[in-house]
Amino acid sequence: MAENVLHMEHVTMQFGGVVAVNGLSLDVNKGEIVALIGPNGAGKTTAFNCVTGIYEPTYGEVSFNGQTILRNSPKGKMKKLYAGDVPAADVKPLIKTPDQITKMGIARTFQNIRLFGNLTVFDNVLIAKHMRAKQNFLTAALRLNYKEEQRMRKETMELLEMQNLAHLKDEIASSLPYGLQRHLEIARALATEPSLLLLDEPAAGMNPQETLELTEFIAQIRKDYDLSIFMIEHHMDLVMEISDRIYVLDFGRLIAQGTPEEVQNNERVIEAYLGVTHDAED
Amino acid sequence: MNKKRTRDIILSALLAAAVGGILAWLQADSSSHSYAISIIERSAIYAVVAVAMNMLTGFTGLFSLGQAGFMALGAYTTAILTIPVEVRQNVYYVNGIAPWLENLHLPMIPALILGGLVAAAFAALIGIPVLRLKSDYLAIATLGFAEIIRAFLASPAMDTITNGSFGLNNIPAFKNIFEPVILSAVCILLMVLMINSSYGRAFKAIREDDIAAESMGINLFRHKQLAFVVSSFFTGIAGGLLGIYMRSIDTKTFQVTLTYNILLIVVLGGIGSVTGSIIGSFLINGGQEWLRFFDEPLAIGGVEIPLFRTGFRMVIYSVLLMVVVLFWRRGIMGNKEFTWEGLFGLFKRKRKKETTGGEA
Repeated sequence: MAENVLHMEHVTMQFGGVVAVNGLSLDVNKGEIVALIGPNGAGKTTAFNCVTGIYEPTYGEVSFNGQTILRNSPKGKMKKLYAGDVPAADVKPLIKTPDQITKMGIARTFQNIRLFGNLTVFDNVLIAKHMRAKQNFLTAALRLNYKEEQRMRKETMELLEMQNLAHLKDEIASSLPYGLQRHLEIARALATEPSLLLLDEPAAGMNPQETLELTEFIAQIRKDYDLSIFMIEHHMDLVMEISDRIYVLDFGRLIAQGTPEEVQNNERVIEAYLGVTHDAED
Repeated sequence: MNKKRTRDIILSALLAAAVGGILAWLQADSSSHSYAISIIERSAIYAVVAVAMNMLTGFTGLFSLGQAGFMALGAYTTAILTIPVEVRQNVYYVNGIAPWLENLHLPMIPALILGGLVAAAFAALIGIPVLRLKSDYLAIATLGFAEIIRAFLASPAMDTITNGSFGLNNIPAFKNIFEPVILSAVCILLMVLMINSSYGRAFKAIREDDIAAESMGINLFRHKQLAFVVSSFFTGIAGGLLGIYMRSIDTKTFQVTLTYNILLIVVLGGIGSVTGSIIGSFLINGGQEWLRFFDEPLAIGGVEIPLFRTGFRMVIYSVLLMVVVLFWRRGIMGNKEFTWEGLFGLFKRKRKKETTGGEA
């Protein structure tokens, strides 16, 4: 098999008594598009937040390109409360912060768009370049970094041109129509030079035509930027069309995995989505 | 496009020359213009603090109310180091002066920078616990720390250094009006450079959405700390300037009301606008003085108007402020900066209104 990019092992996220993600193990390999699906409240976004460091998982391990980025076991009060399916072993915690994880090459978009609303399209993307710039606050304030600044601006412009957003560069981000805001958020994520892109419901609120365009767009950026993509999505036509593999989550637990065909015909998946026990349709 | 740029540069140069000319004119006959000079100096110094506060509140989204404390640190450091060695025994006549301080003397500018550094170092220290807090909680915590600094400076343990509750006097004054104005302008220029740099953009990203900023690889704590320390550095320098301007300071100078005055300038000028803060500073400091005639008795047709007496000025002033805040909710400048383009746009719009009004 291709080399492993993202590996999650027994990741459990418990809030008080609620186990939002329960012993989730999954893999994303290089160049793959992997989808995470499941009914509302299944714990998909929580799983994403565990990968990007926004949450510290209660138990489990996440590694990226073979390097551990998050590892934790229940401590303090949670030791007694812990209710995950996988018995928790005591491990030495290792928690990287979201900015460190982004720097390693994981970028993400958000379910409820989180652009820098009052800033221009250009600045939104330019800010993502800040992390990798070789400068400190003195060289930046005294403009000794002008070469670096020029490079950042040039790269931002190139990215905007490639994404067909260049004509909007001076627009205020929050004034863009919804579809373009989604597009800009992906462009901004690409500006951090990731090798793994996490998309949280990229097609939310889009009509069938826009969804179709997005499908092509995702396939295109995978090729152009040599990406692996891990996404949460509800639009089944998009998921089935584009995914190499699918994981299905229900009430925090993994209930199925496999290729789109396998998942489509899986009885437990149908049950989870329709909520009734019945014979498979065909 | 290029023509406009040249035009803007020429206009800005003309404005700078005009300001310089006015200052030189005031300076030439400084004894009869001492009142105007004092207002301008104070406004320039307050503008530095307001811009520094704006850098935190308006650009990084950190609502801090510790300005008075950091100004006190800067002011005391500068004052202690610049008071002439000959007069120190007179200044510290009650408690005596610490022996190691007796002959420690620095020229004004190094003393100011050191004052800024002391404030910055203290900010770095309290930033570690305090910057974990958000919005109002941060404001309350910084307010508390500012009071602690003030109480510490006034405490008997510091008597031989800060002269305790007696305060410090005999601080050498500015030689001319250019000193404070140019120093303030340099401080503001440095802050503007910072705000417009890559780091300034990162600050704005944190203000807009800290979770998204973090996901773009911006280390939240490091950048908040940087904004806090740099802002405190310039607040400290402004404190030092204020000390030199006032020539005598004590800890009562740096009470919470000082912070509120600065906050007022920032809000009035527009949160997130540097030029707004500068304009606000001159308006507030000037306004308090221009309204002075309300304090004097006024008789119309031989009838004394009973409202016009000492204190009435502050009533008018407060009402004016309320009106401004009610009708320009985002301050005079909002979060926009002054541009020549914008100024001409304003005139054009007005003229257009007039002409369409005339036709109708």
